[in-house]
Amino acid sequence: MSGDMRLASRYLYGATIALLTIWVLVPLGLLLINTLSSPEAVNAFPKRFWPEFDLGSLRFFAGFDGMIDALFNSIWVAGLTMVLSILIGAPAGYALSRFDFPGKETFRLLVLLTRAFPLPLLALPMAIAFIRLGIDDTIFGLGLVHTMLALPFAVLITFSLFSGIPIELEEAAWTLGCTRFGAFCRVVLPLILPGITASAIFAFVISWNEVFAAAVLTIENRTLTAFLLQNLDTSPLHLKFAGGFILVVPALVFIFAVRKYLFAMWGIANR
Amino acid sequence: MAEIRLRNIAKRFGDYQALHSIDLTIADREFMVLLGASGCGKTTLLRIIAGLESPSEGEVWIGDKRVDDLPPRERGISMVFQNYAIFPHLTVFDNIGFGLKMHRLPQKTIRERVHRTAKMMHIEQLLDRYSGQISGGQRQRVAVARALAMEPDVILMDEPLSNLDALLRLEMRAELKGVLAQSDTTAIYVTHDQIEAMSLADRISVMHRGKIVQSDSPVHLYRYPADRFVAGFIGNPPMNILPATPIGDGRWQVANREFEGPRVDAKNIEFAIRPEDMHLADEGIEGRVQVVEPLGPHLLLTCDVAGCPFRATVDNDHAVNPGDIRYFAPQPDRIRWFDPLTDLALA
Repeated sequence: MSGDMRLASRYLYGATIALLTIWVLVPLGLLLINTLSSPEAVNAFPKRFWPEFDLGSLRFFAGFDGMIDALFNSIWVAGLTMVLSILIGAPAGYALSRFDFPGKETFRLLVLLTRAFPLPLLALPMAIAFIRLGIDDTIFGLGLVHTMLALPFAVLITFSLFSGIPIELEEAAWTLGCTRFGAFCRVVLPLILPGITASAIFAFVISWNEVFAAAVLTIENRTLTAFLLQNLDTSPLHLKFAGGFILVVPALVFIFAVRKYLFAMWGIANR
Repeated sequence: MAEIRLRNIAKRFGDYQALHSIDLTIADREFMVLLGASGCGKTTLLRIIAGLESPSEGEVWIGDKRVDDLPPRERGISMVFQNYAIFPHLTVFDNIGFGLKMHRLPQKTIRERVHRTAKMMHIEQLLDRYSGQISGGQRQRVAVARALAMEPDVILMDEPLSNLDALLRLEMRAELKGVLAQSDTTAIYVTHDQIEAMSLADRISVMHRGKIVQSDSPVHLYRYPADRFVAGFIGNPPMNILPATPIGDGRWQVANREFEGPRVDAKNIEFAIRPEDMHLADEGIEGRVQVVEPLGPHLLLTCDVAGCPFRATVDNDHAVNPGDIRYFAPQPDRIRWFDPLTDLALA
């Protein structure tokens, strides 16, 4: 009886895993198959189960008017978000892990609360403020908004990274002749560089995937997500597939590469 | 050349007073051990001297410089941490040379000094390794070498041996003492291990509840504990303490025996004797033996003397059994007396 039960639970476990895997992989597979097929094959019926390895769809994507500009806008905005969120987030993470100050715990909570306000709620006042400041429809302006979105994660990831480095290492460096800043550069920075990179990549991906703010705050200088959204109903199927593929792949690869550090942020032991 | 003077040091963490008006002078080249149970403030005091913690009150002088406003790097100290704090991204060579590089010494000098201190600590063959590739004992050696390479006026050590296993600790202890004796460095060493303290120190400062209760040479500390805390803390097993009632004229009644004691006007005082400062005799303090523990060179007897626990170590050729009634004769010059109201020793 208990043997049957164990067998049953093992089947259930296997089936759940299989289901989850299919749920994730099938859309990705469809994206891949259709991106690497000719436009004719994409629009034909029945659907293929194997890509043709035809670059027709991608070529059409690259040739679509404004698409390459949008792609570069996306890269610029994401790059800016990456730099800003680390420049602002890492010092905050360091302060959280090394200093005791009043309101520290509250700050740790509040930093997440910035994500609690739905972006649509903020979008209109923000658009007005941006127009007044003259940074509407600019890469810089959108980069600021994305930085705001990525910052909580940058703070929390770097906080956990800094906390993983014993304070004694810094103290030892101070007693050996370093200033506080010197010890940070010579001891802490080399040790957390991989983690900082991960955190930066995560910020990049957040910006890369973001569509709402991008759609509201830019008109001429659209990012790839906003541009695709704008052309969604007018563009042919193969363009949608290729666009989706171009959007998904970098995000997926990056997140996969830095997953260890993202787990660390939530306190899940890895390896 | 570095004498260390601590003047009226106090430290508060919020409402908690970690240190109470510490006054201590440590002579040039002296090996001072701060000894105490965990939470007594010994590490805090060390960190205040290092500059890793700032005192709430008081002054720290190293040599003829007042340093309590100076950062650690300007105090002429180096420190060995309990968990070694070896930089994991640097080789052993670069770890030992780290401070020298920070002080912009010429490459040649750095190389010479690193090799010399590495040789002294027997880790020459490890210079190319990283801390992840060496054992705990070797890390300990690197940490000491890194501190010594600085040729500091003062070397501060925070329980440096406590993470080593017993055998290694014994070996490192002797080695540390030898190496430091050769250098001109003043050393301050924090530990909770009294054997370690005894074996290393020129002078021991026993700390209790944020105060220094006694600063003395190891032997003097052992023989003449200044108060009841030290009497109980130093020595294993600790000193026996029995109540004494006055008979008058400086004589005191202790467990039905009379002893010559201090001429004080107290009602009750306490009589103290170390377990090894007694021998079995035909008459003396009467005790009923409860436990007999053969410890190799001697027997440790745990007895009941007038309702108080009482320990004595006696030669192992005595045949003693639990339940026996025995008489213990204390060596008169080893008896100490304490005032139970103040806990202080009576002269």
